[in-house]
Amino acid sequence: MSKTNLTRRGVLKTGAVAGAGLAVPTYLSAASHSGFTNAPGDSSVTLGFNVPQTGPYADEGADELRAYELAVEHLNGGGDGGMMSTFSSKVLDGTGILGRKVEYVTGDTQTKSDAARASAKSMIEKDGAIMITGGSSSGVAVAVQALCQEAGVIFMAGLTHSNDTTGKDKRANGFRHFFNSYMSGAALAPVLANAYGTDRKAYHLTADYNWGYTTEEAVKSSTEAMGWETVAAVKTPLTQTDFSSYIAPVLQSGADTLVLNHYGGNMVNSLTNAVQFGLRDKQVNGKDFQIVVPLYSRLMAKGAGANVKGIFGSTNWHWSLQDEGSKAFVKSFGTKYGFPPSQAAHTCYVQTLLYADAVQRAGSFAPCAVAEALEGYEFDGLGNGKTLYRADDHQCFKDVLVVKGKENPTSEFDLLEIVEVTPVDQVTYAPDHPQFQGGALGTCNNGA
Amino acid sequence: MFGLEKKDARLLLLVAVLVAFAPFLLNPFPEGSAMAQFNAGYPDLMQRFVIFGIFAIGFNILFGLTGYLSFGHAAFLGVGSYAAVWMFKLLSMNVLPAIILAVAMSGLFALLIGYISLRRSGIYFSILTLAFAQMMFALAYSVLTPITGGETGLQLALDDPRILGTSQTAGGNIPVPGLFGLEMRDSAELVLGSWVFTFNVGYYFAAIVMLVSFYLSIRIFRSPFGMMLRAIKSNQQRLNYTGLNPKPYTLAAFVISGMYAGLAGALMASMDPLAGAERMFWTASGEVVLMTILGGVGTLIGPVLGAGAIKYMENIISKINSDILHGWFAFLPDGLEDFVVAIIYPFIGKGWHLTLGLIFMGVVIFLPGGLVEGGQRIAALFGRKKASDDDSGKSAKTEPAE
Repeated sequence: MSKTNLTRRGVLKTGAVAGAGLAVPTYLSAASHSGFTNAPGDSSVTLGFNVPQTGPYADEGADELRAYELAVEHLNGGGDGGMMSTFSSKVLDGTGILGRKVEYVTGDTQTKSDAARASAKSMIEKDGAIMITGGSSSGVAVAVQALCQEAGVIFMAGLTHSNDTTGKDKRANGFRHFFNSYMSGAALAPVLANAYGTDRKAYHLTADYNWGYTTEEAVKSSTEAMGWETVAAVKTPLTQTDFSSYIAPVLQSGADTLVLNHYGGNMVNSLTNAVQFGLRDKQVNGKDFQIVVPLYSRLMAKGAGANVKGIFGSTNWHWSLQDEGSKAFVKSFGTKYGFPPSQAAHTCYVQTLLYADAVQRAGSFAPCAVAEALEGYEFDGLGNGKTLYRADDHQCFKDVLVVKGKENPTSEFDLLEIVEVTPVDQVTYAPDHPQFQGGALGTCNNGA
Repeated sequence: MFGLEKKDARLLLLVAVLVAFAPFLLNPFPEGSAMAQFNAGYPDLMQRFVIFGIFAIGFNILFGLTGYLSFGHAAFLGVGSYAAVWMFKLLSMNVLPAIILAVAMSGLFALLIGYISLRRSGIYFSILTLAFAQMMFALAYSVLTPITGGETGLQLALDDPRILGTSQTAGGNIPVPGLFGLEMRDSAELVLGSWVFTFNVGYYFAAIVMLVSFYLSIRIFRSPFGMMLRAIKSNQQRLNYTGLNPKPYTLAAFVISGMYAGLAGALMASMDPLAGAERMFWTASGEVVLMTILGGVGTLIGPVLGAGAIKYMENIISKINSDILHGWFAFLPDGLEDFVVAIIYPFIGKGWHLTLGLIFMGVVIFLPGGLVEGGQRIAALFGRKKASDDDSGKSAKTEPAE
């Protein structure tokens, strides 16, 4: 069926064609070198908004996208300017960034690292995006951050709470405004000790992936420092929807507190199961049984409904905050969309503003110049009080909110009440803290 | 040429030409025009076209020839990626050792899984492969986190040993994968008027690998071994009665196609050095089945076309958002514009799956032979006159292997 008849002429011909084909890409010189990847033209600059539009975090993604659109509108001088008027830095003047009109492209991360990277790559290679931002999962954030480092563009992380984003997987081109697992633990522990005492026995249910691990570790070490005892820590598959079989052993273990290191749909289901099992009406060791959810979001509280009442957790920002920045943001977001923003929307809006501001101050879009402008930058008026972008790990340090499910919500958005604003000093840690060890920032990359 | 029959040689040459000029062919619209949205000639997507082409070619060797429908092929893709990234971490950033280890590892896994799964056929075989793949996904996602990086995926780090290379570049960054100094991410741009064409090293490397894989697949299709695989597909019982044991043949086909998948995985890791567990998820396995069926099961070129079609939809259609739509239909009166946008909107952006589903249904119902059959019908439409002219009586239609 197969026959071999190589001729000298045939081989030469094929070789010549193949050689010419190979030589073409090396012969052409790389065009348009301006010192860094995707240098923008004179009239406009493109930002890439890479958010989950499908998958488990699609709700968060949709809210992030709204915030980005609002931020672009404000940067280009539209709307009421939102937090630009309360921002401590006044270099943004509503004429875009460095006089260039802000344009944007969107992509769908699908909450999968591969899809997120593909989408980010197409923004960088096809649409010429100078900065990538977004994401609603730490896995995605870490993956895209590494990609941006390689490609030489800035990555402004969206909602990512795992320690690793600015811990062992930190990158010089990546920046995170959102708080992290360690901060949640450090902020929650004193409040929990106050409310529930210092001799509690905790039982952890942890989502079986990276974010779950770091959150469990953070909450465990903070509460143990307060005198709590950890009875057991059980991993649950991320795809689990019914947690009954995990809840049943909790009561037998002698624990009197359940910590749910779950996020999104996982948390909604596990909390609902726990409440259905009547855990909260039980008495163990002579104390009322309690449930704690380290990372709260309004969208999750909405999903869990009445079950969240009285349950403690932490959050990065809440729309009911009464400082000028938050009020201005809630007002312009509410005017445009008709409901208050989530914490995901807030962090994404702030990141966009911070990037624009850094470019404006640096006077250049070059990633290294922008990174330098962001490193060690102190600002205020963006809803979290005084905030520092630490140079050592590109993590923002600011106050952390401890919240509780509201007993008598007045509307479908008014589900959480702020119990305490934990001051920034209490949640600050050394850059080489054990929970953040390993990995290095490296040096910033301007790309080609 | 290359020991191929004339027809196959022509096909190979055609594919080679298409692949070589893909940067031009895929960028038909000038930069900045409204249609530039549909340009697909950027490195990442072109790389995906050829890499998933390899994946689908390999899958077709199993599914197209033996009829065994594996629903867990993405597992081998994942194994290949992890092996390649580990090679980048431990040995060097050269892609060749990474590819060799990846192909070997995925072959090994395929041998093991194939040996067990091939004890059954039909739906039971599919379920077994699916079960294995999901098991491997679950392991990679959580239990084996130290080896696979879990949810975050396996990444390179600044402190990797890289025995035959440097841990970090002079600038303090992680080195990028390359072939003896030729970096995979290097590109050259050619600006012609308002058109910009990008020639990427990684793409051409992957394209050459794809052509070699394609050539190998033609040889397998035309070999006595391929004939035996077809015999298994048409009637395995008859083969048993003639005293032939089909199992070694199916196992060989399974391992070969697993190695193809590993090769594709290694190339993915070479273009973008990260391996995530999601690429082993069952939807990824389902995707390659779709690619093969969409393009044409059992045909040589079909799987490559199918892979291209699906990746194009995933990357281009999914990026159209409502603003862009409004831009396109801005010339219509306001009410009408909103109406048209509202009708099209569910099919673009995050709704690209819907569009894909409709196309898939259309192809399966009207073109059971896939896109290849569509092409043949069009060719027959235009070729009829010529055929009657030269009176050779030879039909232009090639039947998909059945």
